[in-house]
Amino acid sequence: MFELLGIPPQALFGQLLLGLINGAFYAMLSLGLAVIFGMLNVINFTHGAQYMMGAFAAWLMLTILDIPFWVALVLAPLVVGLFGVVLEKVMLKRIYHLDHLYGFLLTFGLALVIEGLFQWKWGSSGAPYPSPIPGGTNLGFMFLPTYRGFVVVAALVICLVTWYGIERTRLGAYLRAATENPTLVRAFGINVPRLITLTYGLGVGLAALAGVLAAPIQQVSALMGTNLVLVVFAVVVIGGMGSIMGSIVTGFGLGLVEGLTKVFYPPASNTVIFVVMAIVLLVKPAGLFGQTK
Amino acid sequence: MAETLLKVEGLQAWYGESHILHGVSFEIGHGELVTLLGRNGAGKTTTLKSVMGIVEKRSGSVTFEGRQLVGHPSNEIARLGIAYCPEERGIFSSLNVEENLLLPPVVKPGGMSLAEIYQLFPNLEERKRSQGTKLSGGEQQMLAIGRILRTGATLLLLDEPTEGLAPVIVQRIGEIIRQLKSRGFTILLVEQNFHFAATVADRHYVMEDGRVVDMIASADVQQNIGKLQAYLGV
Amino acid sequence: MTAQRVIGVALLVAALVAPWVAYPIFLMTALCFALFACAFNLLLGYVGLMSFGHAMFFGISGYFFGHVVKAWGMAPEVGILAGVAGAAVLGAVTGALAIRRQGIYFAMITLAFAQMIYFICIQAPFTGGEDGLQGIVRKPLLGGLIPTKDDRVLYYVVLAIFLFGYGTIYRIIHSPFGQVLKAIRDNEQRAVSLGYEADRYKLLAFVLSAALAGLAGATKAMVLQFATLTDVSAAMSGEVVLMALVGGLGTIIGPVVGAFIIITMQNYLAATGEFVLVIQGVIFVVIVMAFRKGLVGELTDWWKSRRPAG
Repeated sequence: MFELLGIPPQALFGQLLLGLINGAFYAMLSLGLAVIFGMLNVINFTHGAQYMMGAFAAWLMLTILDIPFWVALVLAPLVVGLFGVVLEKVMLKRIYHLDHLYGFLLTFGLALVIEGLFQWKWGSSGAPYPSPIPGGTNLGFMFLPTYRGFVVVAALVICLVTWYGIERTRLGAYLRAATENPTLVRAFGINVPRLITLTYGLGVGLAALAGVLAAPIQQVSALMGTNLVLVVFAVVVIGGMGSIMGSIVTGFGLGLVEGLTKVFYPPASNTVIFVVMAIVLLVKPAGLFGQTK
Repeated sequence: MAETLLKVEGLQAWYGESHILHGVSFEIGHGELVTLLGRNGAGKTTTLKSVMGIVEKRSGSVTFEGRQLVGHPSNEIARLGIAYCPEERGIFSSLNVEENLLLPPVVKPGGMSLAEIYQLFPNLEERKRSQGTKLSGGEQQMLAIGRILRTGATLLLLDEPTEGLAPVIVQRIGEIIRQLKSRGFTILLVEQNFHFAATVADRHYVMEDGRVVDMIASADVQQNIGKLQAYLGV
Repeated sequence: MTAQRVIGVALLVAALVAPWVAYPIFLMTALCFALFACAFNLLLGYVGLMSFGHAMFFGISGYFFGHVVKAWGMAPEVGILAGVAGAAVLGAVTGALAIRRQGIYFAMITLAFAQMIYFICIQAPFTGGEDGLQGIVRKPLLGGLIPTKDDRVLYYVVLAIFLFGYGTIYRIIHSPFGQVLKAIRDNEQRAVSLGYEADRYKLLAFVLSAALAGLAGATKAMVLQFATLTDVSAAMSGEVVLMALVGGLGTIIGPVVGAFIIITMQNYLAATGEFVLVIQGVIFVVIVMAFRKGLVGELTDWWKSRRPAG
C-alpha cells in the first residue's frame, strides 16, 4: 500500500491503535479523577493504585477462583469500589474541612501503602493475563487484535455512559448541583454526604474497571498504576476539569498525539504530553475545557 | 392565632467565633405569613439558616409540628416539610431551568405539580431549557421560589425575595406570595423592604443585634409606624 | 526565647562533634536531605505552594555536578555552582508555568514537569541513563587546601554548606521579602490589592527554593559520588514532602528533624525492601489524619500548653 512520509501503513496504524488504546485509558482515568475532584475537591492520587487493584483483582479471581474475565469485569470494580467507599467514610470524610492539599497528601500516602503492600507480596515484575478474545483480523493496512479493538469500543461506551449518567439523569443533576453548592442541595433534603461517598465509590470503581480492561494488554504489576496516573495528571491539567466531555476528548486526543509522536519522532513520545501541558499552561492556563477557578 | 407550626425559643447561633444570635424567640401559626424585619446585620438571615440547620453551631429550641430541629442535619429538616429560598437564590449554573425546578425532591404529598408551577410562572416554561443562570434576576427569583413549591413543604423560608428587583417584578412577587398564602402555605419572610412586607404579612417581628425585640401585628402597623421606622433606621 | 537559644547552641555543639560519634557518610547524607527538605519547606510553609516535583531540582543538580567534575574535569566548587545554576534556571522555567495555577493544580503541574525531566534524564546521554553517573572522584576543594577524600573533613565542608543554606533560608524568612511572601500565602488577593505583584514574588521564591534544592543535590553527589535516576524520581519528590511533613511544615527546624528521622528510618529498614514504602505511606496517612503540625509543631504546641497562663 502507500507509505506516509516514509512510514509503512502497518507501523502508522499500529501506533495509532496503540495511541487510541492509551487514550482510552487516559480518558477513563481522567474522567474518574475529574468526577471525584468535582464533588470532593480532592485529587485522588490513589486512583492509580485503585486501577492496579482492579487488574490484580481480576488476575487473582482468575488464578485462585477460576473466575473468567467477563465476570471479573463486573465483580472487580464492585469489590474495589466498595473498598473506596470504606476509604471515604473512614478517612477522606474527616479531612474535607482542611486545605485541599491534605487530601492530595492523604491519597498519596494511601497509594504508597497499597502499592507497597502489593509490591511486597507479589514483587514488581508483572504477571500475564490471558486475552479473553484472542486472535485478530487483518484489515490490509494493519492487523487488528480483536481484544484491543474491543477495549477501545468498551472504553468509549463506558465514557459515554458516564457522561450520560451525569449530564442527563436525575442523579447526575444531584451530583452537578452538589458540586456547585452542596449546602443548598442538602437543605433541599438530599443526603449530600451519602452522595459524596457514592461518587467516590463510583470514581474508584471506574478506575478498577479500567484496570480489568488493561490486564490482558499489559502485565499485571504493582507499579502499573503509578506510572500511568502521573501522565493522567498532565492530561487532567491540559483538559481542565470543567467538563466531562472535555476530559473524554482530551484523554483520547492526547493518546493519539502520543501515538503519532511515536511514529514520527520516537524520542519525544514519553514527554510529548508534558510539552503539550506546558503549551496549554502558557496559552490557556485553565485548561482546554476548563473554567478559570 | 392558628395552631403553632414553628416555635423558636432561645435560639443562639455562631459562625466560628462570631456569636450572631443571642436568644431568638418567636412563633408562627399554620397558614400565617410572618416577617422578620431589622437592619443589616440584625441576624435575620442567620435566623432562617439556623431554622434550616445550615449554620455551623446553634443551640436553643426550634420545634416544627412539635418536633425538635436542633441537633438534626439540614437534609432531615427539609424532609419534615420545610423549604428554604436563600438570599442569593442559589440557581445552579450546571442545570437548566427545568432541572433546577425538578431538583428539590418531593418530601411530602400535596406539593404543586410541575404543570401548576408553570401556570404560576409562565415565563419559566418558556425558558425551561435555558441554563439556570442565564435568566434575569427577577426570573431567577421566580425559579428559586418555584422549585420549592413542588416539594410538598408546608413551611417556606424566603430570604429577601425582592432584593435588587425592579418595582414591577416586586409587585409580581407580592402577588405570587399572596397566592401561596391563600393556598395554605405558611411563610417566614425576611425583608428589608418594609412597604412590601406590610402588603403581605399577618405579623412582623423586629430583630436587633441577634434578638427579637418586638412584634407588631399587621393591623397595628399604622399606629406604630414611628416605632418601626426607628427600628429600621428609615 | 532563651529556651530556643539553648537548644540552638546544643545542636551546634552536637553537630560539631557528631562525626566522631556517628558514621560521617550517614550524617552528610542526612544534612543534604535536611537542606533539600528546608528548601522545599520554604515554598510550602512560607509561601503556601506545594511543589510535588522538587526532586527535579535536586537530581538535575547532581547530574550537572557529576558531569562538570567527571566529564569536564573541573573543581568541585565549579560543579556545585553549575548544579545550583542549573536548578535555578529549571526553577525559573517550570515555576513561570506552574505559577499560572494555584493550590492543587500547582502541585500536579510540578509533579508532571518532574516526570518530564525524569523521562528526559532516562534518555539524555550526559546522564548515563539507567546507570547514572557513577564514580565521581572526590577532588580537593579550594585548590587543594581541603582534602575531601577524608570523610570527616568533608563532613565539616558539608556542615558549612548546610549552615549556609539554612542561614539563607532564615534570612529570607525574616526579611521584608519574607513578610510579603507570608502575606501572599495568607491572603493573596489582599496582598495584590496592596500593590504587590504576587506572581513575581512567588516566582522568585520558587527559584530560590529550586536553587537551594540544587545546592543540596550537588553536595549529595559530591559526598556519595554518584547521581542516578532515583534522584529525579517522583518517589524522591514524595520523600522530601514526607520529611517536611514529619518534621513540621512552617517551622524552620522541622524539615531538618524530619530529614534525619526519615534517613535513619531508611537505613534501618533498608533490608525489608519494599516495605519501607508501606511504612512511609502509613506515616503520611497518620500525620495527615492526626498530627498535621509534624513533630516539631506538635512538640512546640505541647510545650506551650504546659506553661501556666501568664
